[in-house]
Amino acid sequence: MLWNTILLSFREIKRNVMRSVLTILGVVIGVGAVITMVTIGGGATAQVKEQIASMGSNLLMVTPGKRLGPGQSSNVPLFKVSDGEAIAREVSSIAAVAPVSSQSIKAIFGNQNWSTQVTGSDNQYFKVTNRSLRTGRQFGDSELRSGAAVCIVGETVRKKLFGGQEALGANIRLEKLSCQVIGILEAKGQSTMGMDQDDIVVIPLRTYQRRISGNQDVAMFQVSVQQSASTDKAQRDIRLLMRERRHLSPSDDDNFNVMDMKEIAKMLTGTTQLLTALLSAVAAVSLLVGGIGIMNIMLVSVTERTREIGIRLAIGAFEREVLMQFLVEAVVLSSFGGLIGIVLALGGSFWLARVLRVPFVFNAGIVAVAFLFSAAVGVIFGYFPALKAARLDPIEALRYE
Amino acid sequence: MTISILDQTDKHPLIELKGVTKVYGAGQAAMHALRGIDLRINEGEFVAVMGPSGSGKSTFLNILACLDTPSGGIYKFKGIEVDKLTRSQRTRLRRFYFGFVFQGFNLLNRTSALENVELPLIYRRIGANERHRRAIIALETVGLKGWESHSPGELSGGQQQRVAIARAIVTEPAVLFADEPTGNLDTARSREIMDLLTRLNHDRGITIVMVTHEPDMAAYAKRTVRFLDGLVESDERNGRAA
Repeated sequence: MLWNTILLSFREIKRNVMRSVLTILGVVIGVGAVITMVTIGGGATAQVKEQIASMGSNLLMVTPGKRLGPGQSSNVPLFKVSDGEAIAREVSSIAAVAPVSSQSIKAIFGNQNWSTQVTGSDNQYFKVTNRSLRTGRQFGDSELRSGAAVCIVGETVRKKLFGGQEALGANIRLEKLSCQVIGILEAKGQSTMGMDQDDIVVIPLRTYQRRISGNQDVAMFQVSVQQSASTDKAQRDIRLLMRERRHLSPSDDDNFNVMDMKEIAKMLTGTTQLLTALLSAVAAVSLLVGGIGIMNIMLVSVTERTREIGIRLAIGAFEREVLMQFLVEAVVLSSFGGLIGIVLALGGSFWLARVLRVPFVFNAGIVAVAFLFSAAVGVIFGYFPALKAARLDPIEALRYE
Repeated sequence: MTISILDQTDKHPLIELKGVTKVYGAGQAAMHALRGIDLRINEGEFVAVMGPSGSGKSTFLNILACLDTPSGGIYKFKGIEVDKLTRSQRTRLRRFYFGFVFQGFNLLNRTSALENVELPLIYRRIGANERHRRAIIALETVGLKGWESHSPGELSGGQQQRVAIARAIVTEPAVLFADEPTGNLDTARSREIMDLLTRLNHDRGITIVMVTHEPDMAAYAKRTVRFLDGLVESDERNGRAA
């Protein structure tokens, strides 16, 4: 019986193809918009998460200055190497501490030159930033101690300076410093902020201090906390330690910052998720409007087919059978709209993901939800017209012209 | 005593009405369509219901067909008091015992003759193959073999009414209710339809209750009931049918 009803509804829909198409347009657009928004939003979120994960999990950044960004006062004391050693020594649950000082320098090899970020650090840097070497080796202890002229380059730098040539063992010039390439970093791609993480040259901190910055300062420490440990606690411990080392009285504000990458990550994913939710909500409204469109047309259809309903009732159709007929028709219509919307949305978001350069994350859940929702729209908005049809008085309906 | 005799002969009349009234509206504006009808119709009868417009004959037919309910009195179908049935039970009666033929044919447009005839079988939950077979036989019975795939729009009035009759008899109903079945047809077509109804009554023993205002058509019936102002004016057997 249900199968018959479904077949019947297909025939009714086919009978008025143009009208049916216009009827479901609202649902098509609604479902399409919701799925596209969620898919693209999900892709963006996934991208942010992935990038943050690749930056190294449980990462804390300890920087001098009162707050992050521009406007920090320049007369705050900078860090020394000993500060990092103190953190590693005195704060438990620390996995690694890397001192980081860096500046933009033009690297030269042969007749090629490339302006890049030169970072002075030690082997902890690779651990903290979750990076590994593709070829070559890390710094040796004596190289770190003596400030040897060796460097490890990122993929972008290698490509720009060496092209197809062998980079390992070659000497590149960083201002006055000529250093030997001893390793090449595994490529990592763009960061969340859109920075090329492979556009980097790492040299021993001592080398950096002596040959480039000319002082004993360390710009910042990157600290990674043990996986099992609480970053909050580590953050608190580092703050207390730093206050002590910097002789701050209880009334003084911090003249340094301990930032948790997790917080930044949360904030960033939170923003994309909120945006996705907002856009989806707007899209969902169009689904609702689509439902009203279906109700409209179903009401017209009931009026148009009053006589038919009368015949069916007179011949012995139960009220609920007439109700079912119109309900099924509405549901078939709206599900059809949902299906078309899903197809369009998947195609559209696949394309959009490429254009916006976010990963295409197929979200089966939202596709299912959107489909069920479109069917539900049919039930909800088809019910009233169907009830109207079923409640018709057969005698009246038969007289209807 | 009388009751026991009735039981012995197992002859509940098919249709029995006692003091059936129908009032539309209420109070001052009340319109009495039926003022107290007593009538029995036995199985196998062919009854023509006549009367001027407004005499209540259509209301009478609607009540018999369970499309409408009486305001007062008792209507028994096969001994069952119909007014005590629920709406869906009355629908069941229509579905399993009644066939309908209307003045306006009332076929589904843009639907083939065959599908129109199959319609009541769908509501009887009969499988597609059996439905198809029976519908073809019914169309053959009304002389429309070869017209199965035509839609009502492609058929003449007489042919449309035959499709309607095929739809009414495909379920092998106990009673066929016909409301002015020849009202929209010319004389020649009307005679064809009446011949068909007579044959169905005679050969298959289908009880027919037909409302008409044409004496020529009523003459085909075995019995004529005349209505006037909501009452039965006369009730007589026709000589011709014998």
